[in-house]
Amino acid sequence: MERVPILKIGQILLVSIQIDLQDQTVQVLQEDLAERIVRTGARGVIIDITAVDIVDSFIGRMFSTIASMSRLMDAETVVVGMRPAVAITLVELGLSLGGVRTALDLEKGMRLLGASLPSLADGR
Amino acid sequence: MSGAVGTRISEILEDREAVLGRWVELVTEGVRGRITEREVRTELGELYGLVQRELADGDESAAGELRAALQEISRSRARQGFSPSETAVSVFALKQAVHERIGAAGEETAYAQFIAFSGYVDELGLMTFETYSATREQVIADQAEQLLELATPVVKLWDGILGVPLVGTLDSARTQVVMETLLQMLVDTGSQFAVIDITGVPAVDTEVAQHLLKTVMAARLMGTECVISGIRPQIAQTIVTLGIEFGDIVTKASLADALAYALAASGVRLVEGAGA
Repeated sequence: MERVPILKIGQILLVSIQIDLQDQTVQVLQEDLAERIVRTGARGVIIDITAVDIVDSFIGRMFSTIASMSRLMDAETVVVGMRPAVAITLVELGLSLGGVRTALDLEKGMRLLGASLPSLADGR
Repeated sequence: MSGAVGTRISEILEDREAVLGRWVELVTEGVRGRITEREVRTELGELYGLVQRELADGDESAAGELRAALQEISRSRARQGFSPSETAVSVFALKQAVHERIGAAGEETAYAQFIAFSGYVDELGLMTFETYSATREQVIADQAEQLLELATPVVKLWDGILGVPLVGTLDSARTQVVMETLLQMLVDTGSQFAVIDITGVPAVDTEVAQHLLKTVMAARLMGTECVISGIRPQIAQTIVTLGIEFGDIVTKASLADALAYALAASGVRLVEGAGA
């Protein structure tokens, strides 16, 4: 089974979804992410879905679950790079992704989390 | 076709000068100076030759040419502002021209053949009608498409701020186009704000409000913010009367207010210069 990699940039964890998400993959991603947030003490999670062009209600709920979970561990979640077609689908499905912050692209997402890029930070 | 119409009619048609002359005379009377007699004569002369060829020789290529010529005449008449009946009647006038010839000769057999010939001319006349409506339908379809494109521009107001001036009634199809164009432009330009201006929308009912809300929600999901502007007094009253909730969506009275809001929110400060 494929795993979604979790990258650490400064105090932010970056999850870039590049594959078709199966229910099993999502389950494992949530577990991995929770574990990484605790281990690294990350303050923010960015989920990059630029490469995702099909969503269903299950994936929509995943964003909310991850956001609530992260908030319990004091990390803010931002979903970035949502495509127009995906946004329209989610609205038609009646999912508003309550509690999830969104940004147009990775750069704006990082700015939203108030984080400077790692090269500018003190070498963490 | 030639067999059904019969030889007597073909013989009458042989007398080209007399029958064509009468036909042109009848049509010219009907068009009342909107096209000259010479033009009528050229048009009808061509048709006449083709009818003769089709009826006398059963010529397949003549039948095709005749229909093409009729379509051409019908189209040009439509452009000159003739009604479809006027065009059709000018084809039907051929029947009268032939009928008068038979009446002059007073032959019994020719009358029987004339019935078949009459059916044939009716068919030609109806074809001009069909061409006319097909031409008009094409024009309407083209216009509808152009209207859809024209009516949904997305413009850049400032760096990072897009404007969508909506004009005309919003229905589901248009909202879909607006939503898709706007969201795509937000991605392409990396804009953080969009101002949807509804000054040109004549009425806002629950359906239109629903469409607007969907667009704003979708934009929000992508991490951008929408401001709705151009809410006129009557529209504000209607919205309140209908009990439509815009929730926490920012609404402004004018496009200028909305732009000022978006500029402030994106951290741009306007300073009065010496020229102001």
